[in-house]
Amino acid sequence: MLEIRNLKKSYAEPGGNKLLILDIPQLDIAQAEQVVLRGESGGGKTTLLHIISGIVSADSGSIRLDGTELTQFSESRRDRIRADKMGYVFQTFNLLPAFTALENVRLGMTFARKKINAERGKELLNKVGLSDRMHYLPSQLSVGQQQRVAVARALANKPRLLLADEPTANVDPANQKRIIDLIKDVCREESVAILMVTHSDEIANQFGRVERLEHINRAFADRIATSEQ
Amino acid sequence: MNLFTIAVRNLTYRKLPTALTMLSMALGVALVVLVLTISGVIQKTFDRTSNVGYNLIVGAKGSDIQLTFNTVFFLSQPVENIQYSYYMEYMADDGRQKEYERIGGVLKEPERSGLYSFLIKGGFAIPLCMGDYIGTFRCIGTTPDYFNLLKHGNDNDLDYKFAKGRNFVDYSDEHGYFEAVVGSQVAAEMKLNLGSEIFASHGAAGGAQHDQGFVVVGILEPTGTPNDRGAFVNIEGFYLLEGHVAPNRDEAGREEKGSATAPERDTKWSKVRLPIERREVTAILIKTDGMKGIGLQRQVNKSKFAQAVSPIGVISGLLNFFVKPIKWALLAITSLVCIVSAISILVGIYNSMSERKRDIAVMRALGASRDHITAIILVESVLIAVVGGFIGWIAGHAVGPLSNAWTERATGVRIDFLSINSIEELFIVPGLVLIGILAGIIPALAAYRTSVAKSL
Repeated sequence: MLEIRNLKKSYAEPGGNKLLILDIPQLDIAQAEQVVLRGESGGGKTTLLHIISGIVSADSGSIRLDGTELTQFSESRRDRIRADKMGYVFQTFNLLPAFTALENVRLGMTFARKKINAERGKELLNKVGLSDRMHYLPSQLSVGQQQRVAVARALANKPRLLLADEPTANVDPANQKRIIDLIKDVCREESVAILMVTHSDEIANQFGRVERLEHINRAFADRIATSEQ
Repeated sequence: MNLFTIAVRNLTYRKLPTALTMLSMALGVALVVLVLTISGVIQKTFDRTSNVGYNLIVGAKGSDIQLTFNTVFFLSQPVENIQYSYYMEYMADDGRQKEYERIGGVLKEPERSGLYSFLIKGGFAIPLCMGDYIGTFRCIGTTPDYFNLLKHGNDNDLDYKFAKGRNFVDYSDEHGYFEAVVGSQVAAEMKLNLGSEIFASHGAAGGAQHDQGFVVVGILEPTGTPNDRGAFVNIEGFYLLEGHVAPNRDEAGREEKGSATAPERDTKWSKVRLPIERREVTAILIKTDGMKGIGLQRQVNKSKFAQAVSPIGVISGLLNFFVKPIKWALLAITSLVCIVSAISILVGIYNSMSERKRDIAVMRALGASRDHITAIILVESVLIAVVGGFIGWIAGHAVGPLSNAWTERATGVRIDFLSINSIEELFIVPGLVLIGILAGIIPALAAYRTSVAKSL
């Protein structure tokens, strides 16, 4: 479903030198597969999610989603692919403060081109156990509830792939497992593939497939080797 | 959810900044509408007063503006007088004969003998004598024709109506020649009623008061014309007041001593009138049809006796010279206020951009394109400009009806919610709203350029 080949991304350092952040020869994720990408901070996890989602463009390489090559698309085309086929869960939830829980979920449907039943927002909030908090503003919800709204929002457009960037980093331990279970269960139910990045072993252990960043990203592995020397 | 509801929700979430920005736009537009309304009221006031029911004023040679202001608005100092016999030039032979028989005296055979009568056939000529005051209001000596023949109103089709009483008559058994009709403002301010006796003061407000008074027999309904501020007395009585008798003059204009004597009258009810040769008039109101009026004006102005002015011409000249430039200057100032309001929209939304970068980035991450984000910010500025502009438009127009108690009394113009609207409003108000919308382009572009990766 997702095929990444020879993906490279570098950033310019303040001195003008280019720093290679990502060099991934291959990464594949099958339909409805649930994958954790584990690695330390600075390893390029978030950059990889940004490139897959089309927020940032790659320097070279190939990303195919359901057989469609994404790297050659214009920014607006990538926006549409993201709106139609991907969901995104952020580390800091990023709910929009002006909108209620239900409206935040519906925002996830607003930019998609495909027709989605408006009732789906309520159904998803039901699934994440927030049927009684639909019309609450984010500021009126607990941290755990906010992240559950964020999960519902990421699934609102019926995506093929859910990208999750340390979704439990700001959640208390009691809620961490609950959130991860929720993401896994709902994605399994809706046949959505997951690529979740984390630096937590505890979370990684809850997934059947765990990829270590230093194994798939040669740029990160080289940096580790250089620093150890 | 659509882009519009997202924009509305963004605005309602930031209630105070949104309300303040809308308020500045509303104030700007309200000021513009108010300026247009005030200039509309001035224009209507001029229209009403210049639409006085006659098309020419004939008076002594001199300033046409002074003659117009004195005759139409009862302002400025009275001009010099002209002889009554000159007024009789506007009567046909039979009319002149009747007038001679009615008044009596020595009628100097005029050189032209009813020369202008054919030019006002079907119209009228009404004499006015001015120079005295009743309290602070002008006293106008005239004939009953003033209220019988003159019309008023925008279409010049309204008769003068009496709130109380009746028009004065040439002679009444009850009051002789000494009857008066007063305008609504005069009656209200001087607390006059039917039967009140008013005394004119000679030459100036607060001057020596004449012994002979006039009895108020009629109080006019408000007309919104300067006549509301006039006290109208029977011209026959006016002539009989002390100091209103014209003396004999030599060719150099010097008075012959002792010639300005009033006829002897034993009682107030005496029917003795001031003879024609002792009479003068300050102005003659002429109504005739347009083409004859132009010919008459040209002919009168050629003569050495008098001048004829078109009050509408003089008033619209003044309006164009003074009022319209002031209106445009005020509009320019208030438009600047609106531009400042538009800049405040720009600043308001632009400043919110820095705190909304994360929200914009989140929407982009959810699939919103740069165009979606630009559209949302533009819709926000459109809403602020349009809603603020609309509130200002309503407020600007509401001031008129709310101030009617004062405006109607002062100018005679009643302002309904939409009664004063000018063609300029059709362009200026949408133009100002457009400026507000344009002001939203800069923050919209800032939103367009927001880096998602950096802002998440």
